[in-house]
Amino acid sequence: MAAVTLLEARGLTRHFGGLKAVDGVDFTLAEGEIHALIGPNGAGKTTFVSLLCGRIPVQSGSIRFDGADITRMPAHRRVRRGIAYTFQITQVFANLTVFDNVALAVQRRGGHLAEETQAALSRVGLAERAGQIAGTLSYGHQRVLEIAMGLALQPRLLILDEPTQGLANAEIETFKDLVRQIVPETTVLLIEHNMDVVMDLAQRITVLNFGEVLATGTPEAIRANPAVQAAYLGG
Amino acid sequence: MSFGPFLLLALMEGMVTSAVLALAAVGLSLVFGIMRVVNVAHGEFFMLGAVSAWFVSQWVPGPPVVGFAAALILCPLFVGAIAALADMTVLKRLNYEPEATIVATIGLLYILQQAALSLYGPDARPVPAPFNLRVQLPWFGYSGYKIAVVAASAVVLLGVWRLLAKSRVGLVMRATQYDRETARAFGINVDRVYAGVFALGGGLAALAAVLIVPIQQAHYLMGTDPLLLSFIVVIIGGLGSLRGTVIAALLIGLSDGVISTFFAPTLAKIVATLAVALVLVFRPQGLFGRRAL
Amino acid sequence: MSAGARIWALHLAALALLAAGGVLLPAYHLTNFAKVMVLATYAMGYNIAFGYTGLLSLGHALFFGAGLYGAGMLVQHAGAAAGPAAIAGLLAGGAMAGVVGLLALRTQGVAFMIVTLMFAQAGYLTILYNTAWTRGDEGIVIAREARVLLGFDLSADLPRYFAAFALFAAGLVLKLWLVRSPSGRVMIALRENEERSRMLGYDPYARKLAALVISGLYAGAAGAAYGLLFGYVGASLASTQYSILPLLWVLLGGAGTVLGPFVGALLMFYLIDYSSAVTTASLLVVGVALVLLVLFAPKGILGTLRERWLKWLP
Repeated sequence: MAAVTLLEARGLTRHFGGLKAVDGVDFTLAEGEIHALIGPNGAGKTTFVSLLCGRIPVQSGSIRFDGADITRMPAHRRVRRGIAYTFQITQVFANLTVFDNVALAVQRRGGHLAEETQAALSRVGLAERAGQIAGTLSYGHQRVLEIAMGLALQPRLLILDEPTQGLANAEIETFKDLVRQIVPETTVLLIEHNMDVVMDLAQRITVLNFGEVLATGTPEAIRANPAVQAAYLGG
Repeated sequence: MSFGPFLLLALMEGMVTSAVLALAAVGLSLVFGIMRVVNVAHGEFFMLGAVSAWFVSQWVPGPPVVGFAAALILCPLFVGAIAALADMTVLKRLNYEPEATIVATIGLLYILQQAALSLYGPDARPVPAPFNLRVQLPWFGYSGYKIAVVAASAVVLLGVWRLLAKSRVGLVMRATQYDRETARAFGINVDRVYAGVFALGGGLAALAAVLIVPIQQAHYLMGTDPLLLSFIVVIIGGLGSLRGTVIAALLIGLSDGVISTFFAPTLAKIVATLAVALVLVFRPQGLFGRRAL
Repeated sequence: MSAGARIWALHLAALALLAAGGVLLPAYHLTNFAKVMVLATYAMGYNIAFGYTGLLSLGHALFFGAGLYGAGMLVQHAGAAAGPAAIAGLLAGGAMAGVVGLLALRTQGVAFMIVTLMFAQAGYLTILYNTAWTRGDEGIVIAREARVLLGFDLSADLPRYFAAFALFAAGLVLKLWLVRSPSGRVMIALRENEERSRMLGYDPYARKLAALVISGLYAGAAGAAYGLLFGYVGASLASTQYSILPLLWVLLGGAGTVLGPFVGALLMFYLIDYSSAVTTASLLVVGVALVLLVLFAPKGILGTLRERWLKWLP
């Protein structure tokens, strides 16, 4: 059975002055997959996912999500349609409790507040810390809380921007288990620098370089791709 | 008087307003441009300039021109010192955090205004003009002093421009404006630059007030209008842009002179304030400048 | 006792104390407290925008003035009764906040402060300009006969006190409910981190507009009540000073606390009252208080209490 396409970008472009941050990218996400986005620093990965979730307006090109054109849709409405984004630099509500952070995600989709918030916290192992002020959590716990907020939205597509950055090895293992649990109900798009995590989790990988797609394929194909090797090894 | 000369008179009055306004607004603009501080107490520096000019004119004996000359030098220095003090004791301690800084300058506004009320009293008092010369035009006579005000203001504005564009002090200021931390790394004493800029801004407002006080009288509440007009000028001219500020001051001053001659001044002010609000909403870079807020 | 019960107990106890004050306070303080409660209602509305949603407006006098003149002119020129006039004032405050918000909320931070300041200034000048309707600087004195609500004479000390109390109590209960509700949580989230809130699916513009309109309704109701209870509708009450005062009260009492605006308004009212007996420059305390607060106690009285000891305080 052919995979159902959840998201499709065509000719997606965004320049900042002379910098071609994202330049004519074609990209498809199959429903239920774990897809990793890799590339050297400055390749345009964060800009690209920011275009997908609406944080940055699209210059040209189009985005279809779940059959509808969302190219010009404001970010908050994309979230309502099921695109969740977790920030590269942790952006939890530092002065609110852990509970309130996740409750904000739960209440937006009209979930049962107390129960579902606790459930989302249990899932990531933060249930005991529900009453704590988020800003006083350790860095690793804040990363996890950020992911819990994304999960609590129960998105169709969860975009994780460098989720394992700064996590300890044990925390990374927990994170990988978590991601495996949420597919295939949720499709995952992952920006990641840690190649072990990428090769372990991703079913497909897209490599960006200078704002363009260098290659797309299975982890094996990407590993064997000479262009990718050249870009990464500084060829 | 027929329409032509009437319009000429209105334009000449407008030039006087523009000249004084440009001085006050450039002070506000410098402070915003270099320090990123929106100084709501700027109008009170103007008022202090006028009020202190009255005190100086009382203390200095001899003909009015001596007292006036003394005021022209002493008052901007005095007000500049107060401004520097306010910067060092209050704004610096807030680390120039924008919202806290505005609240603090609102506090400063009340402190200066109420201090003037207690020390100077509620009356409006005139300061004698340094000279009484009447320039006779074919249609009407015109105050020579007012023409001198326009000239003096132009000279000072040129001086400020030279200071910023050509001198070492200006270079240091621009470096600080560009990047505070880098400037500090290059050995620039940022605290001193900030205190100096705030003093310069206050001093320019005071200088504008000394020039206008022989025409307008000194009063403890006189700071409100210059504050509002300076805001209007700075916002329309583009925050932090010296050239835009001067153009906008001319525009506002001249149109204010003309509009107030033919329409009610309150109506003119309503239109101007609404215009400023709408410019900030729809064109935050000002009509002549780049985006700043 | 659960957290919720404790919070409600505290606030209802505060209201009970104020109700008892109506019987216990001497006449002079009765009038003062009535004024403080009306002004505190205004400040509570300001706090919803500033303290909870993070919208630092310098133009709330426009909404207060809309309520004041909305009610006052209806009584003066259309012979309306106090009840409908009060409702008109409430709605005028909300509508004005809606119009200003639609435009001003396109800006943020310092630009938002200046835009609101300018709109309020334009409103104030409009009042001065339309002397035929507003009587300009002089203001409108509302006749005693018009100040009757449900048979009570609002110009008499006791009915006036309890009318002010009813307004304040309603405002307090509504605010406490609002800030503890899911909508209140979103308002606080916007204050803390707008971009994160947006990426949780909330529309910042719409939510901030709603908060500003609620804030305007409070200001409008307080303005209308001020005119009807104290019989005077004047331009000075719509001047910039009346935009600064609620900011000061809220900062003093504690931004983002339910009872803070009342505490701040009460302290500031008496501070100005006492100092005006000593000097004509009584507004000096306003300036000194503002500077000292931003320098040394930016969280205000209740905010500091909450930070140190009473973490549960809403």
